[in-house]
Amino acid sequence: MGLEEKLPEGVLTTSLESLVNWGRQNSTWPLLFGLACCAMEMIATGTARHDIARYGSELFRASPRQADLLIVSGRVSNKMAPVIKRIHDQMSEPKWVIAMGICASAGGPFNNYAIIQGVDKILPVDVYVPGCPPRPEALLYALDKLREKQGKETFAHYRQLAANDAIIKPENIESLDNMRAKQFA
Amino acid sequence: MDWLNLIVFPLIRSVILLFILLTAFAYLTWYERKLLARFQIRYGPNRAGPYGLMLPAADAVKAFFKEEVIPNHVDKVVYLLGPVLGLIPVLAVWAVIPITKNTPAIADVNIGFLWILALTGVESYGIILAGWGSNNNYSLLGALRSSAQMISYELPLGMFLVSILMLAGSFSLVQLVQSPRAWWEWLWLWIMFPFFFICMLAECNRTPFDLPETENELVAGFQTEYGGMKFAMFFIAEYLNVITTSTLMATLFFGGWKLPFGITDFLPILGPFVLAVKVIILLFVFIWVRASIGRPRYDQLMRFTWQYLLPGSIVYMIITALLVLFFK
Repeated sequence: MGLEEKLPEGVLTTSLESLVNWGRQNSTWPLLFGLACCAMEMIATGTARHDIARYGSELFRASPRQADLLIVSGRVSNKMAPVIKRIHDQMSEPKWVIAMGICASAGGPFNNYAIIQGVDKILPVDVYVPGCPPRPEALLYALDKLREKQGKETFAHYRQLAANDAIIKPENIESLDNMRAKQFA
Repeated sequence: MDWLNLIVFPLIRSVILLFILLTAFAYLTWYERKLLARFQIRYGPNRAGPYGLMLPAADAVKAFFKEEVIPNHVDKVVYLLGPVLGLIPVLAVWAVIPITKNTPAIADVNIGFLWILALTGVESYGIILAGWGSNNNYSLLGALRSSAQMISYELPLGMFLVSILMLAGSFSLVQLVQSPRAWWEWLWLWIMFPFFFICMLAECNRTPFDLPETENELVAGFQTEYGGMKFAMFFIAEYLNVITTSTLMATLFFGGWKLPFGITDFLPILGPFVLAVKVIILLFVFIWVRASIGRPRYDQLMRFTWQYLLPGSIVYMIITALLVLFFK
């Protein structure tokens, strides 16, 4: 993590905390990454009618190192799962995940051998959006919910993450081949 | 009191200038996002403060508190040097730009033109180092594209600058703005302006020439491996570059700090504000172009500069020389 885990606790850090949370709320940059049909609705969220830019989130960054939010927009197949996991590992903290649509949330209509039943089996998910596919309004509502969650975050939480080694270091990111080998063993 | 004039005053001026430039950068991002939104019939950012005016602050806070990742496979020294080398020359160009009567921003160098040319040359090093140090295919390809593009477009740019130089008869930018120009000189300069603007678009890696960082081909180009503050530095460099080139164009083509009929000669205090207004209008044009024009293919970009722009600029230079020889 950045600076916050090194700060002591106190009144000053509480107000700093709210400032940082406000900053994160208003500049959550999503990753430019679509999986399936839900991605179409994700793109529609950026168009003039729905305008995700109002939240300051229109900067879809293509590189995971610059993105804050991973929108899993569609079904996650067994073959794609290591890729998503790796992209999520490469994103720097703090990062959030929205599982968009019923497939990403719980497998949806694809109850078979090829589809992972919910992306929460491999990633920590912050907000689930139901729908098949959800309308752009639903995604915007999810973003609103995420902003609510971001507003309640504390430095202590991140300090704990750092203490428990829950934050993935660059040297611990697994290669795709390695992950696939384990998955299909 | 020589040391006062040599060290202390320039230092104070630099700090003030840095403050103004960084604020300008922050609000350029807001200006661009808001204008792009209006061009596409959207509202644009409006949650952070009134009209989204606090957005740059939110972005800064977020970038500052983001985890600083240094990937394992990078060449650390080169990787960290990249953003720094990208940012410094852009700031240094500002030293010679005249802001009001007889007053440059920091120093009246009598080789102002060469200073600008030299520093725009150094600028591409930051990008090349970033691409090389990242040890990533996309970064390297982006950096190669960027360097080829910058070098190609610097040639016609240099030719155009030489033409301006011949008309002004001085290397100093302060002299250039203040020397009187005949009507045909203005006209002759403005004929060249659109082509100069195209060169500047390519120099700044701005849309439609943002080929070094095309998302659909190269992820994020030379800045793929950069996150958090390091990425923010590239962002600052890119946007400050736009501001600097706009100022340069305002100075070279539209009289810099001057208003017509010598109004600012009596009120030199107006100078910086006049310059600022001109720069804001030129920035609008930059964003306008971004909102309206798609990106060409890379070979089209290169063909345009080598086949049309460079010969054209040489012809332009020769005609300028003849004009200066016979009419000035």
